[in-house]
Amino acid sequence: MSSIWDLGKYKDKTALIDEHGNVLTYGLLKAESYILAEQIGRRCLVFCLCRNEIGSILGYVSFINNSIVPVLLNSHLEEELLNDLMAAYEPGFLWVPKEQMDQFSGMEQMYEAYEYVLLRTGYVKDCLLYGELGLLLTTSGSTGSPKFVRQSYTNILDNARSIVTYLELDETERPITTLPMNYTYGLSIINSHLLVGASILVTDKTLMEKEFWSFFKESKATSFGGVPYTYEMLDKLRFYRMELPSLRTMTQAGGKILPELHEKFAKYAKEQGKRFVVMYGQCEATARMGYLPYEKAVEKKGSMGIVIPGGKFRLIDVNGKEITDPYITGELVYEGKNVTLGYAECKDDLGKGDERGGILETGDMAQFDEDGYYYIVGRKKRFLKIYGNRVNLDEVDRLIKGAFKIEAASVGVDDHMYIFVTDEKYVEPVKNFIVGKTRLNPAAFKVLFIDEIPKNDSGKTLYKELTKYYER
Amino acid sequence: MTNLEKYTKVFEETFSVSAKEAQSLKYQDIEAWDSVGHMGLVSALEDAFDIMLDTDDIIDFNSFEKGKEILAKADYGVEF
Repeated sequence: MSSIWDLGKYKDKTALIDEHGNVLTYGLLKAESYILAEQIGRRCLVFCLCRNEIGSILGYVSFINNSIVPVLLNSHLEEELLNDLMAAYEPGFLWVPKEQMDQFSGMEQMYEAYEYVLLRTGYVKDCLLYGELGLLLTTSGSTGSPKFVRQSYTNILDNARSIVTYLELDETERPITTLPMNYTYGLSIINSHLLVGASILVTDKTLMEKEFWSFFKESKATSFGGVPYTYEMLDKLRFYRMELPSLRTMTQAGGKILPELHEKFAKYAKEQGKRFVVMYGQCEATARMGYLPYEKAVEKKGSMGIVIPGGKFRLIDVNGKEITDPYITGELVYEGKNVTLGYAECKDDLGKGDERGGILETGDMAQFDEDGYYYIVGRKKRFLKIYGNRVNLDEVDRLIKGAFKIEAASVGVDDHMYIFVTDEKYVEPVKNFIVGKTRLNPAAFKVLFIDEIPKNDSGKTLYKELTKYYER
Repeated sequence: MTNLEKYTKVFEETFSVSAKEAQSLKYQDIEAWDSVGHMGLVSALEDAFDIMLDTDDIIDFNSFEKGKEILAKADYGVEF
């Protein structure tokens, strides 16, 4: 029986507060968690449709602390994708927003708490779950593949502890939610803060809403996290002029922030006596692997920093040898207890044990400088980060091929994907299709018409050739 | 082109909606108008009218109608 958070230890402290004034103390969170887990009564799989709401976090905490394995999904997930995932994994239960119950009309409602309901799916046969398996997450922005990352209880606890150490978190912290909780970075904020008895300000409102900032100020938020795009938005909002005396720390992850913005926020933080912490991580390493100590934020702009406490970085060249000199590019390899067990693509994979042995080849190409600070310079695989979500370009091509029976080639830079098709009539439908699949803002996708997709003699697509059509 | 036409056109282009749909639009009514879309909208309006919106106005701007009120303020002086 594993229990990550000792909720009883902070029983009189506030664990969760939302913008409507609902408050849950650690003591109440513990009690509510227990009651919810009792309804299920056994170790099995539960799909959670997540929102940044108290009910959603309650479900997550309850399941993790009571050895029930949650799969965290976005509540806006396309219905067809959700159905595919249900068919592949056959979860016994769903934990969903009450508002969305109509979507599951055939299922029996078993319990309700904080605007969330527990539904029995009708799948009765539990699959085998590996004993250490704690949680399943999608690899950030998934384009609908049924692939989950298998995280163990040790992974979650070890990474949360490490974050607590390097960010120096304690019970006076009051982080406000700015990232979805089903996203590994957003979740790591919840995981680490519940460990120290901090109070989490829970809201589904966005930075672009007045209600977000009223809640921020009234509830005296001390920190938030953001992907590169979040910081672009804050820049647009002329964040630097806002009066936010309670704010102590801003963290950034989910892709490489533009060096100009890195500098702007680092300087702002320095002048205001706040901390700006750039971090690096992946869902495959639970959440975090590297961080740039805030004191170095200005000096080392563009760097993702050093390895987190308890971890180890090394760079490997094409021949598999370790790089020992600065400014030489190699694949970044991470070692630590937060390296996850592996992937799952169907329910039979949930019985699998640890396939990585604590070592993760990140797929990111990096260098370090003479002081040992790491810089991400490229990627081994073809994927983009769109608003912090990983989108695999080959998968996009495959999806389009599957749906339209046409050839497509997608390329681009972070936050801007370009999809090339060879028939003009597919430009609109392909765009709508990909927007629908990824559920990301359409502004990130441009579908362009081209006579022919460039290929070499052996028929391999020459993606580099396509860059000339969109580079400004 | 009148200011109202120009204003409406920014909505049409940013969110791929018709002029009619634009007129009743509110923040998060459609997937395109999320926080990311909002930033695009603000930038496009700033370019179209050569203005710079204040923080409070950006976060107060939660519908087509509200946006008109904001732009009509003395700070920006866009007449509809």
